Amino acid sequence: MDTLSANTGRQILLAVVSAIQENAAYLSELDGATGDGDHGVNMNKGFTSFRNKLGDAPVTVSDGLSTLGSTLLTEIGGAMGPLYGTLFMAMGSACENESSITREIFADMLTNALNEVQDLGGAAVGDKTLLDTLVPALEAYKAALANDLSFADALRQMTAAAEAGKESTREMVAKLGRASRLGERSRGHLDAGATSCYLILNALATAMIAELS
Amino acid sequence: MQRIINDPTLVVEDMLKGFVKGHPDLIAPTDDPRVLKYKHAPVTGKVGIVTGGGSGHKPAFVGYIGRNMVDAVAVGEIFSSPSAQAFYNAFKAADSGNGVACLYGNYAGDNMNVKLARKMAEKDGIRVETVVANDDVPSAPSSERNKRRGVAGEVLMWKVGGAKAATGASLDEVISAAQKAIDNTRSVGVGLTPCTIPAVGKPNFTIEPGKMEMGIGHHGEPGVQVTDLKSANEIAEAMVSLILPDLPFESGDETVVLVSGLGATPVMELYILFNRVAELLDAKGISIYRPYVGNYFTSLEMMGATVTVMRLDDELKTLIDMEADSMGLTQFAGS
Repeated sequence: MDTLSANTGRQILLAVVSAIQENAAYLSELDGATGDGDHGVNMNKGFTSFRNKLGDAPVTVSDGLSTLGSTLLTEIGGAMGPLYGTLFMAMGSACENESSITREIFADMLTNALNEVQDLGGAAVGDKTLLDTLVPALEAYKAALANDLSFADALRQMTAAAEAGKESTREMVAKLGRASRLGERSRGHLDAGATSCYLILNALATAMIAELS
Repeated sequence: MQRIINDPTLVVEDMLKGFVKGHPDLIAPTDDPRVLKYKHAPVTGKVGIVTGGGSGHKPAFVGYIGRNMVDAVAVGEIFSSPSAQAFYNAFKAADSGNGVACLYGNYAGDNMNVKLARKMAEKDGIRVETVVANDDVPSAPSSERNKRRGVAGEVLMWKVGGAKAATGASLDEVISAAQKAIDNTRSVGVGLTPCTIPAVGKPNFTIEPGKMEMGIGHHGEPGVQVTDLKSANEIAEAMVSLILPDLPFESGDETVVLVSGLGATPVMELYILFNRVAELLDAKGISIYRPYVGNYFTSLEMMGATVTVMRLDDELKTLIDMEADSMGLTQFAGS
């Protein structure tokens, strides 16, 4: 019960797509409080375009993540296209050529994603961005591995930390991106990017746990 | 919404089709539907000028494609940065082998997409250098100028960069001139009504009737002060008093002044505003070498205006005077 076959890409990527499609209106509503109100619209457009490319064919986890990443980079623009595009491509490249994904390889995938996203966006924890979800999620996952928890339990710890991280943005003042223009007025609202990041990690973890063998 | 549109999610696509048809003498499509180029780009021997940004700012950005102006533009969704791929394709469309000057505005999405696109271009051996416009005074204190947004001052940056490139200057010289242009440029906006992104369907910020917001950004980013709506003269005074001390502009300076509508303000009112701006500068001993008044950089159907002032030196004067042919800005030599 502690590895993920690389051939489960289709099931896992479809779960991530569904999470965005089902929450598109909610994400736009969150974004409307501090930004343009188009976060859900743009994310849905990119993820749906990827879904159409995927068709009915099986795909490896690595190829699926890389294709999702390049689709977002190519098609949605804004701030979220480059950030999520980079995130998924970094995850995909970290498990390239692996026939099965161990809990250690998944740690490398998340670490690579975080490094690339930080390098691109220049944000830090506390700036009210998706990093407020991603950073504690990775920390919790690594701590779970250090404590020798199973792959599934480590993913559960990651999801719980991602949710807490997402919730922590409610009381933050935005420092980057369009919401930062609001200063104090951004307080009291969940960050849309931190929320979509939680939805993505949660969908990934849930689908991965179901596919572990 | 009282708007002349079809499918609200396809306004950018529909607009681009019409824009290409409307300016066959200047504009050519490219293989990327989100990139338009100057009909004669890449121009042999010339540094390519590229910009890009979210849609909804007509004439910006595609309206500044043309002779002695911008060579290629990456087009985003309404108020949303173009993709890295679009910036990259614009670099390729503009590059004649002499490199590309990417002159764009300081927004998180644009910064990231340009950064990724530059990496893509480097792999092809295309050299891309950037100037990031940050002329909007109220968007951050002067101690944090690198956080300020780019607004209508970008038009003057493109004019100067485009003219410098047309002289046959090197990429470094073009970048240096465009940087000097924006470093000597300051802007401020005032909003009287909000605007609505068609795909969203409702305004995502409010300005109450009878009020105005000084310092507003051209996507509705909050300004520095919401007050009762004042007279044009009082608005001009408030705007000029934010702009002049920031550089600072001083007696004896020669300037370009650009007054742009934000989309719904009648052009007549822009002249009412400009009249007082000109009087105020004159009273301070600051001369207007060349004025521009009109809709140069708008924000959908927002009511309001931006005032931009650029301090000139001899080089900037020469470049501002060069003739130019684009939908948004056309001027003749000697005029």
